[in-house]
Amino acid sequence: MDINWKWDMFFEAFPYILQGLGVTVGLTFACFLFALVFGFVWVFLRRIKFKPVNWLVTWIMEFIRSTPPLIQLFFIYYAWPMVPGIGVSLSSFEAAILGLGIHFSTYIGEVYRSGIEGVDKGQWEASTALNFSTRQKWTKIILPQAIPPTIPMLGNYLIIMFKEVPLASTIGVVGILALAETYGTDNFRMLEAYTIVALIFLVLSYPSAILINKLEKKMNRRFDKKAALQDSKGAVV
Amino acid sequence: MTESIKENSSSISKTNSDPIVEYKNVHKSFGDVEVLKGLDLDIYPGEKVALIGPSGSGKTTIIRMLMTLEQPTSGEIIVDGKNLWHMEKNGKLVPASEHHLREVRGDIGMVFQHFNLFPHMTILQNCMTAPIHVKKEGKETARKRSIEMLEKVGLGDKLDNYPSQLSGGQKQRVAMARALVMRPKIMLFDEVTSALDPELVGEVLEVIRDIAKEGEMAMVLVTHEMDFALEVADRVIFLDDGVIAEQGAPSEVLEESDNERLQQFLYRFRS
Repeated sequence: MDINWKWDMFFEAFPYILQGLGVTVGLTFACFLFALVFGFVWVFLRRIKFKPVNWLVTWIMEFIRSTPPLIQLFFIYYAWPMVPGIGVSLSSFEAAILGLGIHFSTYIGEVYRSGIEGVDKGQWEASTALNFSTRQKWTKIILPQAIPPTIPMLGNYLIIMFKEVPLASTIGVVGILALAETYGTDNFRMLEAYTIVALIFLVLSYPSAILINKLEKKMNRRFDKKAALQDSKGAVV
Repeated sequence: MTESIKENSSSISKTNSDPIVEYKNVHKSFGDVEVLKGLDLDIYPGEKVALIGPSGSGKTTIIRMLMTLEQPTSGEIIVDGKNLWHMEKNGKLVPASEHHLREVRGDIGMVFQHFNLFPHMTILQNCMTAPIHVKKEGKETARKRSIEMLEKVGLGDKLDNYPSQLSGGQKQRVAMARALVMRPKIMLFDEVTSALDPELVGEVLEVIRDIAKEGEMAMVLVTHEMDFALEVADRVIFLDDGVIAEQGAPSEVLEESDNERLQQFLYRFRS
């Protein structure tokens, strides 16, 4: 069997496709940032004790998670502008940030929630006993304990998002996938073009995954390590 | 019965001043279980009160309601003349807002069975954080006072350590220093030695003894240390099945009472 592979085309396509990397990576981080912030919105909305609101918020989150991000992108980009009154027309980059950002914020919100629930109930009680305000309880006591352990999980979502960002090419965001498509169809070199895209993703995702794995191990030892460091200092003195 | 209790408690109080805490017909239920069945109790400034009783008798609930960690099902708790769980709004009593709770509970401090130190802060930071952020003290003042307090509980050499590096007894002493720097008028101790290894109980009791000697702060101790209650408390209250079954001077309650349930309860501790 003959594989029609041309190295010269590969090397010609590579720099061309690589031009889109800035957009792909930029969009990833923009979506991630949006999701990180919006994740908190879900956390606090879900803590509202008023039943109908709580029910509604839970239902909306479930709805967002149960529909494909591709359809959400299409809806935001193509359908939303048609809605009379509240319709807004967004650029494809903005629509991608909003669509993927909101989609992933529901997962990120759950990550935050698991972190917050992991904080011992006694921490809330101690901060009440010291008469902290609600806001101070969150910012000084609870979140500083709840968020650091979730950093590895958040990192995993960053990688997952990075791999979902090519979806944005369907609404016209010109990242590496869109450029590969252009190059491939223009030169009839689909094999080389898409191989390059796959390689770029592999080269970026895999080391990141390893890095996050290491981070996770480090986080697990965090408080112990701080303590160990001091113990050793103490021994020297 | 109620009459005699009231007489009793006022004769015990050292001063003739008004009570700093009043429980008025307080009920508390968890689901179908009623743990407090109409509690009437006055605590006077500077008074040391020990709450004893079998588990489930409601003694911890009494102080947790005062710290606003549990809400009474009915009844009123008055702190220094101010209604804790209700506030006046347009001439009507309405459930307290968070703002109101913060105002009224400012003079109350609490030490917990499981210490509840903040693990992400050093010992010194644990003590400094509330004076700085809640009392808006200057950082230097808060630091100085925290160090003094930590020295007083014997931990002046551990300032920069993290809670995970301390023994249970040390943690509990930090927790007391942390509560004391807030200068409460009322301190609540929730079985503070129950989670400690037996050999560490002494050092914690010693600190409480020292605090008690200073005198001006009212203290409510939920405890299983009968000898300690006898020594430190002005008044011992025996709770049984959600009501005050016996109360009075420590020696009266612990040595002279003929309440049968109390006898049974004490018997288990003395054997």
